Amino acid sequence: MNTKVTIAGVEFKNPVMTASGTFGSGMEYGEFVDLNRLGAVVTKGVANVPWPGNPTPRVAETYGGMLNAIGLQNPGIDVFVERDLPFLGRFDTKIIVNVCGKTVEDYLEVVERLSECPVDMLEINVSCPNVKEGAIAFGQDAECLYDITAKIKEKARQPIIMKLSPNVTDIAQMARAAEAAGADAISLINTITGMKIDIHKRTFALANRTGGMSGPAIKPVAVRMVYQASHAVKIPVIGMGGIANAEDAIEFLLAGASAVAVGAMNFVNPYTTVEVVEGIEAYMKQYGIEEIGELVGAVKE
Amino acid sequence: MRNEKRKAAAKVLGNQEIAPGIYDMWLDTELAGAVRAGQFIGVYPKDKSTLLPRPISICEADERKLRIVFRIAGGGTREFASYKEGDEVEILGLLGNGFPVDEAMGKRVVLLGGGIGIPPMVELARELSKIGALVKVIAGYRDGNLFLKEDLEKYGEILIATEDGSAGVKGNVLTVMEERGLKADMLMACGPMPMLRAVKRYSEERGIRAWISLEERMACGVGACLGCVCRTKRTDPHSHVKNARICTDGPVFDAADVDI
Repeated sequence: MNTKVTIAGVEFKNPVMTASGTFGSGMEYGEFVDLNRLGAVVTKGVANVPWPGNPTPRVAETYGGMLNAIGLQNPGIDVFVERDLPFLGRFDTKIIVNVCGKTVEDYLEVVERLSECPVDMLEINVSCPNVKEGAIAFGQDAECLYDITAKIKEKARQPIIMKLSPNVTDIAQMARAAEAAGADAISLINTITGMKIDIHKRTFALANRTGGMSGPAIKPVAVRMVYQASHAVKIPVIGMGGIANAEDAIEFLLAGASAVAVGAMNFVNPYTTVEVVEGIEAYMKQYGIEEIGELVGAVKE
Repeated sequence: MRNEKRKAAAKVLGNQEIAPGIYDMWLDTELAGAVRAGQFIGVYPKDKSTLLPRPISICEADERKLRIVFRIAGGGTREFASYKEGDEVEILGLLGNGFPVDEAMGKRVVLLGGGIGIPPMVELARELSKIGALVKVIAGYRDGNLFLKEDLEKYGEILIATEDGSAGVKGNVLTVMEERGLKADMLMACGPMPMLRAVKRYSEERGIRAWISLEERMACGVGACLGCVCRTKRTDPHSHVKNARICTDGPVFDAADVDI
């Protein structure tokens, strides 16, 4: 049985990754799971300078899901390169660094800093709904997305993944814009913008008022968008949104994802990533599947 | 420390209401033996519409048994309140740093517990009494439902404040400090944010070191999501943006180090 997948020339031992922002740089969940078992660790977004993030409360539970408005708090690229990358380098897993910024120049600065670093791929976050400037503005307009993708592609030494927002009218159009600008892959979905109100206090549950929704409740939306995006482009798609177990992950593969990422469910069950790896292997054995690639996009039309 | 932090099954040994809306639950869990005062566990509701573990402070523990005393604050804790002896429950633990008990050695320590911040004072008083710290506990209640009073009396002198004056001194924990003219070398406190702000002010005015246990909405509980941060005075080694993680860098902080 072969669970290896190749995306933009990078070979992953299996298709299971972590969704950016839910796994730090692996240090915390490394106490629960063996990071060597994962296809890749996708880091929390890192910017050119430290970002303090949003005021608290930053998280709220919702029916079958949660809202977050962390605001991309991060220690900045200098600390990240000195502390987080050496930590991840100790493991036999691929490293994908999620890059965030407020301006095109911010993104380019991080991308250039990482060009000499032991990083396998870059994931460009143009879809965070919780920061006021930049970020999502690039991901909600096809022309802006094309523009920033092309500029990053020009400077990046590693293959780039554009992480797409679900908060758009036509996901296929956004996927095509990223592909046309030279993206090596796309990942989706980022969180869906939501809101929760405390009726007793008559206040917003989050200090930021709105937040990004994640968790099992959003999975059908994510599967639909992964299906649409993967049918709109030829570049590989990394699927995510509410994956809680191997069955969910396989649904994304069948919809057209070449790899998958576990996000909010890490908070619920810290062992989710490795359980998904093991569950996919069991499914392949059950159905006599030799190559995991046979599953990608294999839903019967 | 590696094995102390994990998701584990626990069995309910007993669960009873000890004051209106406040429940006292004993759990059988192998995590119990490693508990330090001020740590907490995440308790997972069984209702599948919920996802996140509810952070609940540890009231006391021995080798196999762990006690939590919690207030019903929403659907998750309402479900916990219904648990009966023999029920299985999933927990995530042991979480947080706990109080620096060793720092209190040989000192006059006053513990301040307000409302549902009283439970962790039981384990704290027990651990402090073991190392020979001189412990006084001030417990602040809403009214005359003086839950855990007998448990605290085992480890030191206990003084009571109630908001409505129905028992002890009318007022809050600091009213007791002042009215009784208590002398302390160190304060250790857990309670609602207004109380902790007042304790921080009190400690700074008098030059007494205070350790306070903070609370915030949490998601992961293990330091990965950055949901439960609090502002700090100095740039901390993790965030580099003066945002300490309450779940992991805390919940107990030196009051002088945090902006609350």
